[in-house]
Amino acid sequence: MVNVDGSGGKGGLIQVRDLDKTYRRGGEEIHVLQGLNLDVSAGEFVAFMGPSGSGKTTLLNLLGGLDVPTRGSINVAGDEITHMSAGKLTEWRARHVGFIFQMYNLIPVLTAFQNVELPLLLTKLSKAERRTHVETALSIVGLTDRMNHFPRQLSGGQEQRVTIARAIVSDPTFLLCDEPTGDLDRKSADEVMALLEELVGSHHKTVLMVTHDPLVAARAHTILHLDKGVLVEGSKFPNSIPAGGVA
Amino acid sequence: MKFARIIWANLLRKKVRLLLTIGSFAVALFLFVFLAVVRDAFNRGADVASADRLVVINRTSIINPIPLSYRDKILRIPGVKAVTHNNWFGGIYIEEKNFFPQFVIDPENQRTVFSELVVPDDQWKAFLNDRQGAIAGAKLAERFHWKIGDRIPIKTTFYGGASWEFNLVGIYHGNKPQSDETQFWLQWDYFEEKVPERDKGRIGWYVLRIDNPDDAPRISQAIDDEFANSPFETKTQAESAFAANWVKQFGNIQRLIVSIGVVVFFTLLLVTGNTMAISVRERTSELAVFKAIGYSDRSVLFFVLAEALTIALIGGLLGMLLAIVAVPGLAAALNGLLPSIVLAPKMLAFGLVVAIFTGFLSGFLPGMNAMHLRIVNALRRV
Amino acid sequence: MAGKLVGFFFITIAAIIALLLILLVVFGVLAGVLAPFLGSVPVSYNFRSIRARWTSTIVAVLGIAGTVGVFVAMLSLARGFKATLVASGSPGNALVMRAGSSSEMMGGITLDSIKVLQDAPGIARDASGRPLLTQDVVGVIPVPLITTGTDANVQVRGVSPNVLEIRKFVKITKGRMFQSGLNELVVGKNAANTYRGLTVGNKIDFAGGHWQVVGEFDAGGSAFDSEVWCDSQIFNQVLQRPADVFQSATVHLASPATFQEFKDAVTSDPRMNVDVYREIDYYAKQSTTMTRLITVLGGLVAFIMAIGAIFGALNTMYSAVAERGREIATMRAVGFSTWNVILSFLFEALLISLLGGLIGCLAVLPLNGLTTSTMNFQTFSNVAFAFKITFDLLLMGVLFALVMGVLGGLLPAIRAAVQPVSVALREL
Repeated sequence: MVNVDGSGGKGGLIQVRDLDKTYRRGGEEIHVLQGLNLDVSAGEFVAFMGPSGSGKTTLLNLLGGLDVPTRGSINVAGDEITHMSAGKLTEWRARHVGFIFQMYNLIPVLTAFQNVELPLLLTKLSKAERRTHVETALSIVGLTDRMNHFPRQLSGGQEQRVTIARAIVSDPTFLLCDEPTGDLDRKSADEVMALLEELVGSHHKTVLMVTHDPLVAARAHTILHLDKGVLVEGSKFPNSIPAGGVA
Repeated sequence: MKFARIIWANLLRKKVRLLLTIGSFAVALFLFVFLAVVRDAFNRGADVASADRLVVINRTSIINPIPLSYRDKILRIPGVKAVTHNNWFGGIYIEEKNFFPQFVIDPENQRTVFSELVVPDDQWKAFLNDRQGAIAGAKLAERFHWKIGDRIPIKTTFYGGASWEFNLVGIYHGNKPQSDETQFWLQWDYFEEKVPERDKGRIGWYVLRIDNPDDAPRISQAIDDEFANSPFETKTQAESAFAANWVKQFGNIQRLIVSIGVVVFFTLLLVTGNTMAISVRERTSELAVFKAIGYSDRSVLFFVLAEALTIALIGGLLGMLLAIVAVPGLAAALNGLLPSIVLAPKMLAFGLVVAIFTGFLSGFLPGMNAMHLRIVNALRRV
Repeated sequence: MAGKLVGFFFITIAAIIALLLILLVVFGVLAGVLAPFLGSVPVSYNFRSIRARWTSTIVAVLGIAGTVGVFVAMLSLARGFKATLVASGSPGNALVMRAGSSSEMMGGITLDSIKVLQDAPGIARDASGRPLLTQDVVGVIPVPLITTGTDANVQVRGVSPNVLEIRKFVKITKGRMFQSGLNELVVGKNAANTYRGLTVGNKIDFAGGHWQVVGEFDAGGSAFDSEVWCDSQIFNQVLQRPADVFQSATVHLASPATFQEFKDAVTSDPRMNVDVYREIDYYAKQSTTMTRLITVLGGLVAFIMAIGAIFGALNTMYSAVAERGREIATMRAVGFSTWNVILSFLFEALLISLLGGLIGCLAVLPLNGLTTSTMNFQTFSNVAFAFKITFDLLLMGVLFALVMGVLGGLLPAIRAAVQPVSVALREL
């Protein structure tokens, strides 16, 4: 269930109420988000769309605990993250969020294996245990044979899949993707989207994704538009593509 | 250390730069140790001076002689254990630039007073049995490749210009690492026999061993009082004071060396700090990703500091290795100009501390920058 | 035999490498300096890029400045020491010592020999026909230093009362010359500044006698400025030396050209056994040990620092290349040739190192003339000398900086120019 009018009630995985975010730029105050509400249940695949500067990335950053709102509350799996200190927030992110950015995801001097292992180094798992988790994650994304390659030896699509492996390796509560296919060609974009769909469908992950590409957005279950600081449901938005895609 | 792989991988990011920075560290630490060695060489006398030895010189001028007849009077002073005398021979071995100190010694008392300069008994016996016998310090013998049995000619300068010949019958070793092993000893009897009439019975200075170091002031005063108003007034000092004054005459050498050391330190800090800063600047987005996936701000600071310290340690150790290898060569280049040049372990330890300190400082600011990096700013799309 | 061949082989290789390096440096400096004229990359590009990466640039500049500063300072110290001792003495004076003595202190000349010397050909004479000759006795006397209060050995020289006519470069600047037969002293200007109590009008005890300081003299920056002079016969008495034996004699020659005539006459005279030197040559010899020490130490320090500075410069230039990868690739894609890119980088490296060199030289300039004193091993006495920074030394410093710049800039420049454009563009 996905709800944007604040009426979702308790029980959702993610619950956002009355979210405000204001920036100061060049002496002016810019109200990016104003009184935004959102409810998302577990297992949902949501796409956020909107014109440039609408605040999609800002929203994602707030949901992922990378930034703090000016006002409002964000509740994830029972934790109120707006009340957390920076240190606590860092720990929270490690446990609950998997990030997939548009680029610069992978550390170029580490192999695919080592990149995927990164989140696990923060845990108390033994080396053998870490190895098991990493291999599992890499097999889910279908890149077991590229384990020891460096990012520069992988294609764009493969890099993103390694990123996804890293995002899921510690079994986070949900995944946040910011333009995951923005830098990719059509074929690689398809691979990545298929993987995300599989994660939601077969592995019951929750995925929140920001994109400007309608074809990519169409692969999600729900499309939300960010407009004038709040979220609006897709069907009410004239520029959205119908679920069946384009002819 | 499970993070070692990340730190090491980051260092190897730009191999040329890594090598250059390590190189800078190595060079700077080498210079540091080198300067410490030189400074120590200038201070040498003061370091090995004994607390229970006194030096008696002519009060008027250090180059004026003192009568041999004073010895018995000095021995009678309570608290004096043994007295020996020396003359500065000042001769030339083949050419002037082969300079080394030559002393006329009093064999009877030499070993009691200078107990740290050790000669094997059989060699000492040969020395006593040969008026023309001479003993050389180990480093001196090594310098000229002398062996026991060699005939050593030395041209006098004070006493007429003739060449005196000596038989090398012994080699002495100092039992402290900083002992002076560059001296050449000849015997009083032979010397006294050959010098012109007007120079007979005259020694250069006395060195005495006293029973109790605390007695030094009293005994010094007693000696100087005894010979006050005589044609050869004396000045008696503890050996350490004498050596310290000698060093002070070199003036600002210390200050010069320290200032160079400081310049080196700051230059090093500048270069490595800048390198770390550039390396951190190149990686802002990567560091942001680290923070995003849950690495704390402090862990990022830790990564940067660890990198800086690794470079510092590798470079520092390399530099010190270079020093260990190069110091003997340096000693050869400065042959005879300074007393033995020695690389003491405490200088290496000091060098290591400086390396670590500099490494820490050079990584500190860039590390703090990395720590305070705001994720959202760093990840903002280009 | 084999050892010698191997040694020879290595020396040849080393010589070839050294020659190549020298050629490289010369080429680099020339190329870099002429770059604005030879190359087509505008110089404004370099200035802008320096400004954009000003922190790195400052680092490289300061690194080079520090090295050049130390280099010039150490060389000027050695120069100053040498100059002091070399300046001691005039080519128009000849020093006579007992044959075989390596320094005055070891010499001995009797009054009889002095009388023979006075009749030798080639000596200048004063208005009344007396030969211009001073018989000297030297000793070292302990006097407390002003700085530390501990004793240092000052060189005291007993001279003939008419010494100022022989050593014409010495002038009394305060008070008056000492009177013959009295316990009076005149002190060199450096000695007055180094030791306690050597001021005009002061009474001081030394060598077992009571003395009065009656004047101060300026000896033109020579070693004599660190000396104290008195009547040699009085000094002999005080030191309890034989009254008719001196340590050296210095004569003023009728002209510098008469030196050989004087020397030949004196050395062939069977009544004496002496060596004759031009005063200036004698003093040059006296400074060899200390000069060598300072030069070797200073040279080593400067050499080591230079390597460090080159590393620093290399680091900065490599970073420059790395940070400007895109610009360089664009430049080359647009059509600037490899050669032009190299020239441009070389010029930039030289600019930075020139700046560093100039700053380094300027920073040590205040040291010029600063006096310090140290003990001359060969004479056991304290000699005051000054840092002597000359124009050619500064020039050497700047050249040194340029060499460091070339060595630090050439490799990165080549790297920048040679990397395939596609690779460079892709590394964005």
